[in-house]
Amino acid sequence: MNRVYLDFNATTPVEPEVLDAMLPYFSAEFANAASIHTPGQKAGAAVETAREQVAALIGARPQEIVFTSGGTESDNHAIFGVVAQSILAVRSGETAKHIITTAIEHEAVLNACQALEKEGVRVTYLPTDRDGQIDLEQMRPAIRPETVLITIMHANNELGTVQPLEEIGRIAAEADVYLHTDAVQSAGKIPIDVNASRVDLLSLSGHKLYAPKGIGALYVRGGTRLRQLLYGGHHQRGFRPGTENVAGIVGLGKAAEIACKSLAEDARRASTLRDRLQQGLLQRVPQSRVNAAAAPRTPNTTNLVFPGVEGEALLIALDLKGLACSTGAACSSGAVEPSHVLTAIGLPPEEARASLRFSLGRHTTSADIDFALNVVPAAVAQLRELSPTYRKEAAAKT
Amino acid sequence: MNAATQFDTLPECAETQRGLIAVAMSGGVDSSAVAALLQQQGRAVVGLTMQLWNQRRLPELQGDGPAQHRCCSLDDVYDAKAVAQHLNFPHYVVNFEEQFEARVVRPFVDQYLAGRTPIACTNCNTDVKFEPLLRMARQIGAERLATGHYARIRRNDQTGRWELLRARDETKDQSYFLWGLSQEQLSRSDFPLGELTKEEVRALARRVNLPVAEKPESMELCFVPTGNYVQFIQAYSQERGISLRSGEGEIVNENGDVIGRHNGVHNFTIGQRKGLGFAAGKPLYVLSIDPEKNRVVVGEDDVLRKTVCEVEAVNWISREEPSAPLRAFAKIRHKHEPAPSTIEPLDVTVARVTFDTPQRAITPGQATVFYDGDVVLGGGWIR
Repeated sequence: MNRVYLDFNATTPVEPEVLDAMLPYFSAEFANAASIHTPGQKAGAAVETAREQVAALIGARPQEIVFTSGGTESDNHAIFGVVAQSILAVRSGETAKHIITTAIEHEAVLNACQALEKEGVRVTYLPTDRDGQIDLEQMRPAIRPETVLITIMHANNELGTVQPLEEIGRIAAEADVYLHTDAVQSAGKIPIDVNASRVDLLSLSGHKLYAPKGIGALYVRGGTRLRQLLYGGHHQRGFRPGTENVAGIVGLGKAAEIACKSLAEDARRASTLRDRLQQGLLQRVPQSRVNAAAAPRTPNTTNLVFPGVEGEALLIALDLKGLACSTGAACSSGAVEPSHVLTAIGLPPEEARASLRFSLGRHTTSADIDFALNVVPAAVAQLRELSPTYRKEAAAKT
Repeated sequence: MNAATQFDTLPECAETQRGLIAVAMSGGVDSSAVAALLQQQGRAVVGLTMQLWNQRRLPELQGDGPAQHRCCSLDDVYDAKAVAQHLNFPHYVVNFEEQFEARVVRPFVDQYLAGRTPIACTNCNTDVKFEPLLRMARQIGAERLATGHYARIRRNDQTGRWELLRARDETKDQSYFLWGLSQEQLSRSDFPLGELTKEEVRALARRVNLPVAEKPESMELCFVPTGNYVQFIQAYSQERGISLRSGEGEIVNENGDVIGRHNGVHNFTIGQRKGLGFAAGKPLYVLSIDPEKNRVVVGEDDVLRKTVCEVEAVNWISREEPSAPLRAFAKIRHKHEPAPSTIEPLDVTVARVTFDTPQRAITPGQATVFYDGDVVLGGGWIR
């Protein structure tokens, strides 16, 4: 069966150049990067090269990059690490620390915050408007003397919406509060400069930018007071112990290097194809709409609502025809759960359930888009034909 | 006859439709065997496993039992997926938690609190499996939905109607739970196990090396895996803020004389002997439950036997609504031997059932299903 994959926000393939760069480090150059001998030093040098490559992608210094197992670990490290190490000013009179985040974060951030709430930390979940943007005028007064961390995602995984990181950074810096951003969905897709945006901590993930799964990084601005998450040996200056995943790190470095070079061209290509897909679907599927259309979005992502359709059924119908895309979140069984992101931007439950995300990749072709434009309208029409609510509404209108 | 020859001589599906068929897969041996059977018949199969209940809810009920005894356990989902991977067909987990709660769990609890003894499986079949799940199956391109039910469907060419029949294996027959299905639902359903015995199904599962071939059968209601309804109803009512009226009440005899106290009407079901909580000269049984007065009426066994009951929401399957009384064998609970009776339609959806001889513990909330031999004529809920 012809299969077209339009779910690159879920994960990306390892780029052939990345794989080539990694391969020597599985067997030939297998040494432990922490070893003193020459083979170890060679592996260590490869790790340091990768650190420079990743730093370059986000405008950081190499020593500010910590390699982790992925986005989830990076997010947890940043959030638990800042809260654990922070000290409340006695004069504030408050005994509970406070975090500011948003209602549309990835579960890695949301569930970390909820875990801290159970330990007595207070959390403000900033709402967003219908386009998935937080209101900076609401953020400012949310900052309290006991606020120890602001954690706001850069780009949203479901909608692609991008938050105004530089303005958020300025407000956080003025209030002297640490700012963490989950940049898993933006790194490699849109430019990031940790200094211009004044973020203190930034998470990124390898497998979202054509490196393998199981590798990620946390940017930690020099001087940030952060407790370590794991305890062990002296790897990565003792800050993130555990024998370095050398092949993974080399892969992430190579992927970051490629992303640096091709970011502008990738973005231009992806947004052209994405816009064609989006326009084509809007034209071919009656009553369809784009979610968060008015917000700045990552160039590869579009999220559409097809009223009268169960997104879960549409996803399956499309998969059986060879098109891979995504609804909101899946629970541990694999069943689709109502998306907290779509609910947070104010979609009624039936529209949240009727939404589908298409996310394009670096190698998505025009033929892939044609395929989607061919199968999606037919599948939606078939689902609507059998939807009791949609038929009732259609009948009422005629 | 061994399982292989039995399988080889299976009749063709009622229709010659050779398109995609969806299989409702619970992760148990029966529905897994259905998938294997259909695949061997050359059908293109897609497996659908319903997520019906959020396991994180009512954690106090989950206990420490093994995972397979928990409702909608991930183990069951993984089992279904493992079968699909083993047989190499697409499989999806689909979320019907909302529909299941609204159409099965909530009515089940409400009925118990109203002093009735509901059958959740019938609601699940009529209002979930063969409703939104069947619709989803069709929406994703399948013409029909196959399940692991032990029952048979056939089209009567003379009447043009779809008929529901008892399973060939009488010990496994589940037709009692399927009386609510409409002609439309039956026309799009397949019960491939209807001609097989449980032993043959297991043998088939072993022969094709299904990973669930030796999996034990689950006997309990899926969302009350412990079998303790009372505990479930209390926990669920508390979570949903449903008033339990569970305070103590009176146990009375048929004359209305108070002869004891009870701890909530939802603890009782008609015909129950255990748990009456007091000694009596002769064994006493629950005759009726009056939730309004918070009373449980008890009496001796002979009073428990009744000849007449009324049924509502009547659904006729193998024939149209009769205009005159008709004779049938009526079954008043899953483990009841169908008894000769006369069914008298009172209006389109209500009928009176008069048994030739008194039947023990005719229980409101259960169903009466009318049989003509193996054929299910129809059924209705006991008032």
